[in-house]
Amino acid sequence: MSHDDHGHGHGHGAGTEAPEAPPVNDTEGSLLNALRAKAEPLKKFMGGEYKETQVWKSIFRHKLDKSHRNRSLAVLSNVFLHLHPARINRNAVRYNFTWGMGGITFYLFVLLTLTGTLLMFYFHPSKGQAYKDIMYLQNDVPFGNLLRNMHRWSAHAMVITTWIHMMRVFLTGSYKPPREFNWNIGVLLLLFTMLLSFTGYLLPDDQLGFWAVTVGTNMARATPILGHEGPLGPELGFTAFNDVRFALLGGSVVDANALLRAYIWHCIAIPIIAAVLMIVHFWRIRKDGAISGHAPVMLESEVK
Amino acid sequence: MDWEQIWKLVALPDNVPIVLLLVLLPFYLWMAFSQAFKNDRLIARLEADPDLRKTHHRTTFPHHPSWAPTVHVWPHLLKREFIAMIIVTAFMIVWSICLDAPLEEPANPNLTMNPSKAPWYFLGLQELLVYFDPWIAGVVLPSIILGGLMAIPYIDTNPLGNGYYTWKQRKFAVGTFLFGFIVLWVVMVVIGTFIRGPGWLWFWPGQTWDHHRVDHEVNYDLHAYFGIEGTWPTFFFGLGFLLALGGITGALTHLFLKKCYPRMLQSMSKLQYIVMMQFWVFQIIVVVKVIARLVFHVKNFWVTPWFNV
Ligand code: HEM
Repeated sequence: MSHDDHGHGHGHGAGTEAPEAPPVNDTEGSLLNALRAKAEPLKKFMGGEYKETQVWKSIFRHKLDKSHRNRSLAVLSNVFLHLHPARINRNAVRYNFTWGMGGITFYLFVLLTLTGTLLMFYFHPSKGQAYKDIMYLQNDVPFGNLLRNMHRWSAHAMVITTWIHMMRVFLTGSYKPPREFNWNIGVLLLLFTMLLSFTGYLLPDDQLGFWAVTVGTNMARATPILGHEGPLGPELGFTAFNDVRFALLGGSVVDANALLRAYIWHCIAIPIIAAVLMIVHFWRIRKDGAISGHAPVMLESEVK
Repeated sequence: MDWEQIWKLVALPDNVPIVLLLVLLPFYLWMAFSQAFKNDRLIARLEADPDLRKTHHRTTFPHHPSWAPTVHVWPHLLKREFIAMIIVTAFMIVWSICLDAPLEEPANPNLTMNPSKAPWYFLGLQELLVYFDPWIAGVVLPSIILGGLMAIPYIDTNPLGNGYYTWKQRKFAVGTFLFGFIVLWVVMVVIGTFIRGPGWLWFWPGQTWDHHRVDHEVNYDLHAYFGIEGTWPTFFFGLGFLLALGGITGALTHLFLKKCYPRMLQSMSKLQYIVMMQFWVFQIIVVVKVIARLVFHVKNFWVTPWFNV
């Protein structure tokens, strides 16, 4: 049945039963049908023909049906997804092996990069202004408070998930050959995750950050050889004005220079270092033969 | 009893994450160990039954010979990752709506915070400042922790337990790691956060923080207990004590390993053994020093003109 027939019949039938309405109904029906007819190509296009266009084909190099080939290509031909292999051990996708902890840690890092970049639009790393900027974010910037909260809590959460991820890797023995090196990349990631969090602590320039960083960096005074209160430090000519703490803070106390240095470490240097380490970490997971388990259990009587 | 005090501490915005840690940690430990015990039972069955060994798929999961050993990442892994992303996003948004990040008064070098605390994840190290000179607590011990973690894959020669949870096959490794992580790190963080008050003094939960409390506790260096005086006698006494402590710890550990894990000793090279023993002894000395200080009021084991241990 064509749309025209249907429209006509409908109008006619309505006309016999309700004489007042027909003209309106009739024009409405035919207008609708005309539109429908016009929309037909669009419908076809949206219904699947768009996949035949040059634009679409230039973006997606394969179909999206459920064949094995396409499921593999979906992963392999996408720069973000191809961190994954096309297929993995059927038990490796079980939640109770990795707890998703490494992935969650990485996702929190992404979340922190996004919220951190947005925070940077409002933040001047200079004494006096920094604190005002945080107040401004909290009180005036639309969603500024939410943004700041998300950044802070994601940072704390990332420290926690990194610890738990490390515990998982240990408890599954996943640092054993061939993954020894990747465990070490992980240890560096642990260190830089905590340093990332720590350098961010000073940035609001409030009492909390100031004293936390003062306490933290006071330990650097006592570094053996390099600190002016550490063993052999004074003997080698180190004072409060040239030792390793001075280098960290850009001064002998936590002040404007320390704020600037913390800012640069926090927003540029450490994120880059951590990102590079993560790239290596993920690359090595693939090269070491994917995730280690759930592996079949081994028996002591069978090892030699 | 002043429960208000401990509640104030727990509810401090920056301490809320520790509460999260203290919830997640037991949960994941349970998840790991329930699987470890399941695997251990399977291992015991397989060890006992050579015929079963030949046919069994050796996991605790459902298995059918016709099932492919691998699955497609798209959709089986990606959908899980997607769901995890959504859950984490929702969780972070809710957390961020419910709890505001702290902002105190502007930084003021003339107004000391008492207690001044580092961020909570460093409070384990700050707590160690009570027991050790700053260069040890702040520099040497963190280096040993990182060095020890990095050495783990190279000193653990046990091929068993690679890629599955187990307890029985890796008791010593798992026990040592969890002791270091839970007791020497997480418990120290908890003490540093919830127990230490003004002047870094010890306040039990339920005790009020007294900003005027004077520390009446007097600690003595170990040599004082033995009536030893003078720079060099003290020096050699302390050195001797530390060497003896390390030696005894090492010897006892060696005997223990020889009795309980003879194969482990056989499979290790000399270098692996020495490195492993080093880190093990360091860990024990830290514990002994903490206990000596808290229980016996011993300040230092080894006093020298340049540094104290
Ligand atoms: C910023 C921190 C880190 C990120 C983003 C990260 C990310 C990941 C991801 C996504 C995986 C895949 C499996 C999983 O999700 O568990 C993984 C595996 C692994 N991670 Fe990490 N990780 C981090 C820190 C660490 C740390 C601290 C360690 C150990 C000290 C570590 C050691 C490993 C090892 C050995 C594997 C392979 C595990 C296996 O094959 O079962 N990683 N990591």
